[in-house]
Amino acid sequence: MTDRIRRILTDHARLNVDPDDLAESDDLYQSGMTSHASVQVMLALEDEFDVEFPDAMLTRSVFESIASMAAAIAQLVGSEVAA
Amino acid sequence: MIVEATDRDSAFLADVKRVAAGVAAEHAVDVDFDARFPVEAIDALRELGALSAFLDPALGGAGVSLDALAAACFELGRHCGASAMVFAMHQIQVVTMARHGEGQEFFEDHLRRVAAEQRLVASVTSEAGTGGDIGRSVAAVTPAPDGMAGFSKQAPTVSYGAHADDLLITLRRAPDAEPGDQVAVLTRADQHTLEPQGTWDPFGMRGTCSPGYVVSATFSPEQILAEPFARIAPESMVPVSHVLWSHLWLGIATDAFDRSRAFVRAAAKRSPGTTPPAAAKLSHVMSELSLLRAEVYQGLGDYSRHMDEPGREWLSTMAAALRFNNLKIAASEQAPRICQGAMGVTGIVGFKNDTPFSVGRHLRDTMSACLMVANERIHQTNAGLLLIAKEV
Repeated sequence: MTDRIRRILTDHARLNVDPDDLAESDDLYQSGMTSHASVQVMLALEDEFDVEFPDAMLTRSVFESIASMAAAIAQLVGSEVAA
Repeated sequence: MIVEATDRDSAFLADVKRVAAGVAAEHAVDVDFDARFPVEAIDALRELGALSAFLDPALGGAGVSLDALAAACFELGRHCGASAMVFAMHQIQVVTMARHGEGQEFFEDHLRRVAAEQRLVASVTSEAGTGGDIGRSVAAVTPAPDGMAGFSKQAPTVSYGAHADDLLITLRRAPDAEPGDQVAVLTRADQHTLEPQGTWDPFGMRGTCSPGYVVSATFSPEQILAEPFARIAPESMVPVSHVLWSHLWLGIATDAFDRSRAFVRAAAKRSPGTTPPAAAKLSHVMSELSLLRAEVYQGLGDYSRHMDEPGREWLSTMAAALRFNNLKIAASEQAPRICQGAMGVTGIVGFKNDTPFSVGRHLRDTMSACLMVANERIHQTNAGLLLIAKEV
């Protein structure tokens, strides 16, 4: 999953570093992700993983690192499987 | 506990109402005419301890609620828009420091000083080169000799900066930090210098004395709020700004309505048995005012209900950002509409600046509302958020 997230970051996050060089817990905002770019990342993640982030998940902290995004997506995909 | 808090709120509000209808009202015209700081009203509020009213009694405050602060902004707005705006902007800084400086020795000590000395705090968030986005900074916290830090920031507007005892300034965290990686820094007047850039002769809100400055300071690193500004803004500074500002705009619009109603009543008394033609226009203005009041009260309710939630999670959602952005846009557009409607009721009598029914100052003051964080800038932000937010 994190490889797919990294590819989306490459296409949409406009970071000042190569996403492949980031640790999973690195703060993406400190690497230059703006709130505008973060919206583009969210849209691309919804498309890629066929999920919809509910409003309660649309917070800065959910999208601040590769690890936090992966956890959120896993939760959404898991809840779909459970349903 | 609830009864005690209500008593505190009502005692505070009774005091503020007295200042608003007394000294603030008395000087409102010349504060506006001369574009001078409303020193009489702010000094009277200081004497009441109103500048620290929100702070916990342990810090020397009165422990009043945000609802009471909002009502105080409304009351001041009914009599002097500039006094109300200075009071509101000061409270925004105090609430921000109280909510985000907790557990930081410097800030707890400083808030005690705010209470003991009734220090007036201004903010320096706007900056040349950011396109009006307070979530980005150019100026940065820069290391200075002897373990100190410094900055120099070009701010296009600093409301009552020259009259403030302290400034709360947004800056990039470090010289190599991204524009959005910001912190908030508190400096005292004995630490900062304000180099004026241009003059102050605006259309409205003239008493706020808000010219541009190059602001520079040397300060100790403990004067930086530890929480990132990216959390401070959505959890406190932005929603509290929009809630308090919208209350004072409602206050100004309410007084414009009251003046136009007094005009209609005077006309009715002159010709008993008939309804003056202006009464129908007044009814239109009243329905516009009721829309504004509903949005302003609902906005306060939405913030009050969520402000003390553990983790402040709802406040950090996009839905919350949209909610308070909408409060700001709606209130800032509706308030001048009501003042203009009131002028339509009063005609030339309200258009003149020296009658009991004058509403020109009200109209001019409320027309500043759409510029304070430009509405178009907020629409741009909303446009992005709407792509992804679900329930709005």
